[in-house]
Amino acid sequence: MTDPEDHARIAKQFIEAIPHARALGMRVDEIGAGRAVISMPWAEHLVGDPRTGVIHGGVVSALMDTCCGAAVMVHPTNPRSTATIDLRIDYMRAATPGQRITARAECYHMTRSVAFLRATALDEDEENPVAAATGAFTAER
Amino acid sequence: MADRNEPLHQIKSRRDSALHAMVSGVPYMSWLGIRFDRRGDELTAILPYDEKLIGNPMLPALHGGVTAAFLEVTAIIELGWAAMWEDLESGRIAPDAAVEGSLPRLPKTIDFTVDYLRSGLPRDAYARARVVRSGRRYASVHVEAWQDNRARLIAQATGHFLMPQP
Repeated sequence: MTDPEDHARIAKQFIEAIPHARALGMRVDEIGAGRAVISMPWAEHLVGDPRTGVIHGGVVSALMDTCCGAAVMVHPTNPRSTATIDLRIDYMRAATPGQRITARAECYHMTRSVAFLRATALDEDEENPVAAATGAFTAER
Repeated sequence: MADRNEPLHQIKSRRDSALHAMVSGVPYMSWLGIRFDRRGDELTAILPYDEKLIGNPMLPALHGGVTAAFLEVTAIIELGWAAMWEDLESGRIAPDAAVEGSLPRLPKTIDFTVDYLRSGLPRDAYARARVVRSGRRYASVHVEAWQDNRARLIAQATGHFLMPQP
């Protein structure tokens, strides 16, 4: 049995080693007890609208999906692995170009085989979320 | 109605250059490597496999976020393409990647729900979208993605979009 701090450190290394997470420059800022905070920088090649420089919605989806999966992996019931069953994202506003995007996910309910997640994505204006997500993930034991 | 006697090469070049203008203008699509195959007005999106698209190196499997992004990109391009088709065919617009402002703005995503059906294999993926309803202001689009077998979907999604206002 690993203690929670080791578990968090292993989870951080594991997530930051995922090829797509690395390609997007994701960084695990906080992780533990069914919650995760993951952020990534704005980048020119991730732009969805060249007229405004706003990042593509798909990038926000990838960040939220990773963050939700990470929150499942550090749930106190220790799932062996997880996969997305479904994910719904509401896009509330465009993320400000040049600013870091931070996702916060919380596993608010866990059953033997399914985890239920909520997440938000923020830029530097922490009062006004960029996007919100709800999802169901598998919990493999 | 378009001219029945318009030379075939001219029709093809008009449609292909309009599609190219839509797709090449988006850096994120080029970064993912997404391209579109066109048959008449029907579009099929292609996501060529690349190591950076992996989300689970142990299986290995495509990242769920990549699948979501691929479906969303396909839905947006299909919707933008369908919305400009008549203007393109009648010659009212002539989108050109080299001419700034010649391309209509793309729709904006309001919400997007992805249903993951199978894990994405480390190989090329394909997607096609269908505009379920398109009004002046809002549109609803359904999109499906598969790999080796058209009938074995890896994911499907429904999204709502805000249409660009003239």
